[in-house]
Amino acid sequence: MQISTLTIEAVRKGLSGKQFSAVELTQEALAFAKAENPKTNAYLTFSDDRALAAAARVDEKLARGEDPGPLGGVPVGVKDVISTRGVRTTCASKLLEHYVPPYDATAVERLEAAGGVIIGKANCDEFAMGSSNENSAFGPVRNPAALDRVPGGSSGGSAAVVAQGTAVVSLGSDTGGSIRQPASFCGCVGVTPTFGRVSRYGLVAFASSLDHIGPFSRTVADSATLLGAIAGRDERDATSASHPVQDYAAAMQQPLRGLRIGLPKEYFAGLASETGDRIAAGIALLKKQGCEIVDVSLPHTDWAIAAYYIICTAEVSANLSRFDGVRFTTRSAKSDSLIDMYRNSRGEGFGAEAKRRIMLGAYVLSHGYYDAYYLKAQRVRSLIARDFAQAFEQVDALLTPVSPFPAFKLGEKVNDPLQMYLSDIYTITGDLAGIPCMSVPCGTTAEGLPVGMQILTKHFSEDLMFRIAHQYEIHGGFAV
Amino acid sequence: MKLTEEQVRYVAGLANLTLTDGEIHQYAHDLSDILTHIDKLNELNTDGVEPMAQVLFADEETATLRADEPRPTLTNAEALANAPAAGQGYYKVPRVIER
Repeated sequence: MQISTLTIEAVRKGLSGKQFSAVELTQEALAFAKAENPKTNAYLTFSDDRALAAAARVDEKLARGEDPGPLGGVPVGVKDVISTRGVRTTCASKLLEHYVPPYDATAVERLEAAGGVIIGKANCDEFAMGSSNENSAFGPVRNPAALDRVPGGSSGGSAAVVAQGTAVVSLGSDTGGSIRQPASFCGCVGVTPTFGRVSRYGLVAFASSLDHIGPFSRTVADSATLLGAIAGRDERDATSASHPVQDYAAAMQQPLRGLRIGLPKEYFAGLASETGDRIAAGIALLKKQGCEIVDVSLPHTDWAIAAYYIICTAEVSANLSRFDGVRFTTRSAKSDSLIDMYRNSRGEGFGAEAKRRIMLGAYVLSHGYYDAYYLKAQRVRSLIARDFAQAFEQVDALLTPVSPFPAFKLGEKVNDPLQMYLSDIYTITGDLAGIPCMSVPCGTTAEGLPVGMQILTKHFSEDLMFRIAHQYEIHGGFAV
Repeated sequence: MKLTEEQVRYVAGLANLTLTDGEIHQYAHDLSDILTHIDKLNELNTDGVEPMAQVLFADEETATLRADEPRPTLTNAEALANAPAAGQGYYKVPRVIER
C-alpha cells in the first residue's frame, strides 16, 4: 500500500479485501510517520499503544463480520490542543510539556467510536495562537510543499501531516483561520464547521466564543466523513447545537447548475497577483459548472481584525488564567509566596505570543476601557455577522481567497506581530459570524506553492459547502 | 494609542505575569502598534447596534438543561495527577496564612 496517498475509501477497501489488517496498517503508518517526521516536526507525540489498541478493536469487529465504522482503521492525527486521555497534550507550550489529560475530548471519543486510529498529536502554535506555527515551544513545523516555508497556523502540524501523507485525515482547531489558512498553505482541504456543530468539550479553551474543531484531509469526501463522525449535540458542551447532522455524502453528488455564488469585493483588493490568478481560475471553473457568479459586498470587512483581536485576546486573558502553577504540571522554582508562584509560573511558562495576547486582553478589559474596546468590538461583530446574513439573501454561497499570499519563509514575519495579525483578514470574518467555511486547494504558484480558495455558506449549510467543494474537486479544481 | 512602560507593568500585574525589562519594553511597542490599529473601530458608528457575545441560534439548538442525573466524575487521584505539588488529597500551594 502507498500510505501517503490513502483515502478513507481506500482503507475501507483494503480492510474488507483483506489486503491488510488495521493493526498492520497502523504499524506501517506509525513507522512511516516516525521516519518522515524529522523533515517537518509535524508530530509532537506518537501514541503507539493507543493506536494499536484502537486498530485491534477494528480487526476484532471485522473478524466478527461487524461494520468497524465510517473511519474504521483510518490513521488520524490530532492537534495537540485537543485532550487525549493518557496521551500527553502540550498545547505546544512549555507550561504543559508533561500534562497528561485524565479524559478525552468528545471529538476524540467520537472519532475512535467510528473506528479512527489516533497515531499522534500534531504540533501547532502555542495554545493555538499564531498564523505560522512558529510560536510552538517545541520548534516550528516546516511546510511539506517547501521545507524552508511555514505551514501556516495555528494548526500547522495538522495540515502538514495530511499534506505529507503521514495521516489520512486530522483534527485541527480554528479560532480566526487556524484550520483554513494552514490547509491553503499546505495544499489540503480544511474545514471550519458552523459554530456549535462540533463539541468543544476537551478542546483547551483559547477564545470560547470563536473556537471550533474541524477536519483536514486530502479529499473533500474525507473531510465530510470525519465531520459527519464527530458532529452533533453533546450535553457536555452547552454551546453545541442540536441541529441534525446532514448526509454530506448524498448532498455532494448533486451538480451545481443554477447555484448563485457571491464574490465579496472587499476580499479581492490587495491580493498577491498569483493568488488572485489562481482564485480567478477556480471561479471560472465553477462558472463552467453552471454557477451564476454575482458581485456582493461585505462592507464591514475592514474592521474585522480590530474587532477580532479585542474579542479573542479578552477571552484569552480569561481562559489562560487557569494556568497558575496549581493544577497543571508546571510551577516556578521561585514560588515563595502565592502571588510569586502565580506570576513566576506564568511568566516562565508562557511563550512570547501567549503573553502578548494575555496582556492585550487584560488591557482591553481593564477598568475604564471595557466599553471603549470590548463592548465596541462586540457591536462591530454584530455588523459583520449582519453583512453575511444580508449577502446570503442574495446568494447561496460566497467564494474568496483564504490568504492574501501563499506560504512565506520561516522567520519572515516573526518580528512584526501586527503584520502577522493583518494576514488573517479573509478567515477571521467567518469565525466572527460563526458560519461554516472551508479551504480547498486551488492550484499552485509558479514556484509550486499551494493556493487555497475559501467557500462560505449559511449556518448549518455544510451540505451545500461540501457539495460545491466536491463538484469543484471532481471537475479538476484542485489543480486549476 | 500609545502605551507607556509604566502602563505595561500595571497590566502585567493585572494579568499576574512576571515580565523581564526587555519584555516590558517590547510589549509597550507591540501593544501600542496593535492598539493604534484597533483605534480604527472609532470610525464606525455603532449606536443602537446590539453587542454580539456569542453566535446564537434558535433556542431549540442549544437548550442547555439536561436531566439532573448523577454521573461519574474524575476521581480525587485523577484530578491531582497533574499537580506540581499535592498531598493528603489536596493541591498544595505556598503558605498563605501565617500562624
